[in-house]
Parts: sequence; structure tokens; C-alpha cells
Amino acid sequence: MYSQGLIGADGATEETEEFLAKFQARIDREEKIEPNDAMPNGYRKTLVRQIGQHAHSEIVGMLPEGNWITRAPSLRRKAALLAKVQDEGGHGLYLYSAAETLGVTREQMTEELLSGKAKYSSIFNYPTPTWADIGTIGWLVDGAAIMNQIPLCRCSYGPYARAMIRVCKEESFHQRQGYEILISLCNGTEEQKQMAQDSINRWWWPSLMMFGPHDAESSHSEQSMKWKIKRFSNDELRQKFIDATVPQAEYLGLTVPDPELKWNPEKNGGKGGYDHGEIDWDEFWRVVKGHGKMNRDRIKDRKKAWDDGAWVREAALAHAEKRAARQTQHAAE
Amino acid sequence: MSNETPLWEVFIRPRNGLSHKHCGSLHAADEVLALQAARDTYTRRGEGVSIWVVPSKAIFASDPDQAAENFEPGVDKVYRHPTFYDIPEEVGHM
Repeated sequence: MYSQGLIGADGATEETEEFLAKFQARIDREEKIEPNDAMPNGYRKTLVRQIGQHAHSEIVGMLPEGNWITRAPSLRRKAALLAKVQDEGGHGLYLYSAAETLGVTREQMTEELLSGKAKYSSIFNYPTPTWADIGTIGWLVDGAAIMNQIPLCRCSYGPYARAMIRVCKEESFHQRQGYEILISLCNGTEEQKQMAQDSINRWWWPSLMMFGPHDAESSHSEQSMKWKIKRFSNDELRQKFIDATVPQAEYLGLTVPDPELKWNPEKNGGKGGYDHGEIDWDEFWRVVKGHGKMNRDRIKDRKKAWDDGAWVREAALAHAEKRAARQTQHAAE
Repeated sequence: MSNETPLWEVFIRPRNGLSHKHCGSLHAADEVLALQAARDTYTRRGEGVSIWVVPSKAIFASDPDQAAENFEPGVDKVYRHPTFYDIPEEVGHM
């Protein structure tokens, strides 16, 4: 779904000025960089980290929603949710593959996720106690992810850009299925509408945090923009998201939990936009550093899935070896 | 049998940003000769900026007889498409 804006990325490079200038000139000409091309160490490291975080987010992101597959209220909803979670698994694979083109192995990345060394989007460390949360995740969380991922389709690194094009194409139904769930709830009983309101109350701020720290606090953003890994700053994307989403909340008859939210006709160069209240960055960093409500459970679940699947991977390899041995024997006969 | 020159599949990247695309095959003794032959055969008119050659025997294809069971289940799962969901026009593009 989304990778958090480069938490702790280190864009340091050691190459000569001339090499870096030549590379930058390629980027400035909008040339795509492909796996075998020369690239600064920092560019490679930044991408490995970002694509890795993005891939982990897709995989961990399956957990809060997977939680509701067996309890979806109708066959229609169950089929849609199952298809969505299946998509997220596929998105994780596209992204891991893109990262592998940079020389990192799948085993390394898995190990970093399970050991807690690698990060994933903080949004998945919030719990999903009600069915309305499945609607809200599709609408807000996937909505924020799409806002972030569309510019990534033009990322300077070819394999990442191509993976993003595929992801965005598949992702387009995710947001709509979520919003449809909320329309149903908001047209339902008072209790159902309350459930939807409670859900947006819990997810609104964490969704805004998905865009990462303020531009001024996001130290590596500038280099990423220069290398055209990123095309818009965190705050720009966050503003776009707010402006697109507030009217959608109004249509549902739900209130965005921000008393300071106000239309400002001067914003966005006179096109207008919403002013909003301050984001609780202490909460953001707490969750990023592992102290969200669900951090431990998410890693515990991933570890369990990995450990429980070990015998299947081993058996498949043993079977493949046996078959290969049999074929060699046949060929020799 | 062992004296046959192996077959290679050739993939060309038209330009950076696009994937390598299969464009044909050729016979060559090893990967060095295969790359040279691919360059001479498939990129004489600026068709690409990068070549992959893959031993044809390393490619495994799905069985055409199983095409129906493999691919038809994807067709009736309309809920995988955005148009399956009713979003009122007033809400705008989503």
C-alpha cells in the first residue's frame, strides 16, 4: 500500500563530484535508471530502504484487514475483502522483486522485518476492532496510499516505477470498496452510522501521518526529490489528500475529527484548500519506534507465519532436488 | 545431440523505463556469442538499449490445454474491478 517517507534513510555518497554530476544530469534529463546502470551508493541505499519499507507495508497491511475476512457481513463484502487482501500480497511481491534488482536478497529483507530492524508504515500498528474500520481503511488508508503512489509511477528508478504502475492499476478498486462500505453504514441505523463516525475518529489522524514528517523535519526528503525518487514533498501530498477527502466525509454525513479544519480560499495559490490542526507527532514517533498498540502483535504474527511456513518451503526444495536427481538419473540411463 | 548449438530467447529493452520485451530467438554456442548475435540481429535500427539472452530450455511455459482452468476464473470475478462498486457521481472521482 505505501511506504513511510524514508524513516532514518541515509543518502550519504562517496563518489567523485564528476560521477555525481553526470548521474544528476541523467536524472535531470528524465532518463530512467535501470538495474545495471552506474548509480551513487546513496541512491541505491535510499531505494533499497524505501522499496523494502514499502514491500513490508504491503505484507503487514494484510493483517489488520485479514482479521475481518471471516466476519464480513455478506458474501459480496467477503469476496471483495478477500480479493483486496490477495492484491496486497501481490503488491508486496512486486516490490520485493524491484528491491532485489538493487542487490538486496529476499532473505535479508524478511530477516530485517522480523527482527524489527526494517520499518513499515505506522498506520498498520492501529487495531481494527469494528467492521467500519474495513470501510475506513479502504477509503482513507488506501486513499492516502494512492495519493503517494501515483507520483511514484514516475520515479527515476525503472523497476520501482513499473511496479508502481501495476500496483496503482490494481489499487483503484480498494478505495471504492471501502467507501461503499461506509455509504451502507451511513445509510443504515443510527448505531451503524455511529460506528462509522467512531472509525473515522480513530483513523483520520493516523492517515495524515502516513505522509511522513513535516517537510522541515524530513531531512532526507530534499535529496530524494533531487534524485526524483520523490516528486512531491510530504506536506504537499498531505494537503492534496485532505482537500480531496474532506468533501467525501461531508457526503457521508461524517465529521472529520479536527476542530481547526477550515476552508481557506487563499490556499493553493488561490484555488482554495483546507487549513488543519496540528498533527500529534509525538504519537507518530511513538508508533514508528515500536510503541503503537499493535506493533508487537504484527511482528509476532509475521514471525509465526514465517516459522509455520518453514516446513512447506523445506519440503518444496527437497521435492525439487529429488525430481532433479531423478531426471539426471533418467538422462544417464 | 550434444553438438547442436543451443537456442536462446532474446529480450530487448527499447529504452530505459520500459521492460525488456521478448523479440525472438537465435542459436549460439554460449552467452557471449548469443549477446553478439542478438545485437547484430535484433538491434540494427536502434530497437533498444539493453539485451537479455536466456537459454530457451530455461523457459517453462504454461500448458495451453489448461488455459481455461488457469485463466477463466479471473474473468467472472467482477469485484476485482473498480466499476463493480457504486460511488455516487456527486462524490467525484475516486
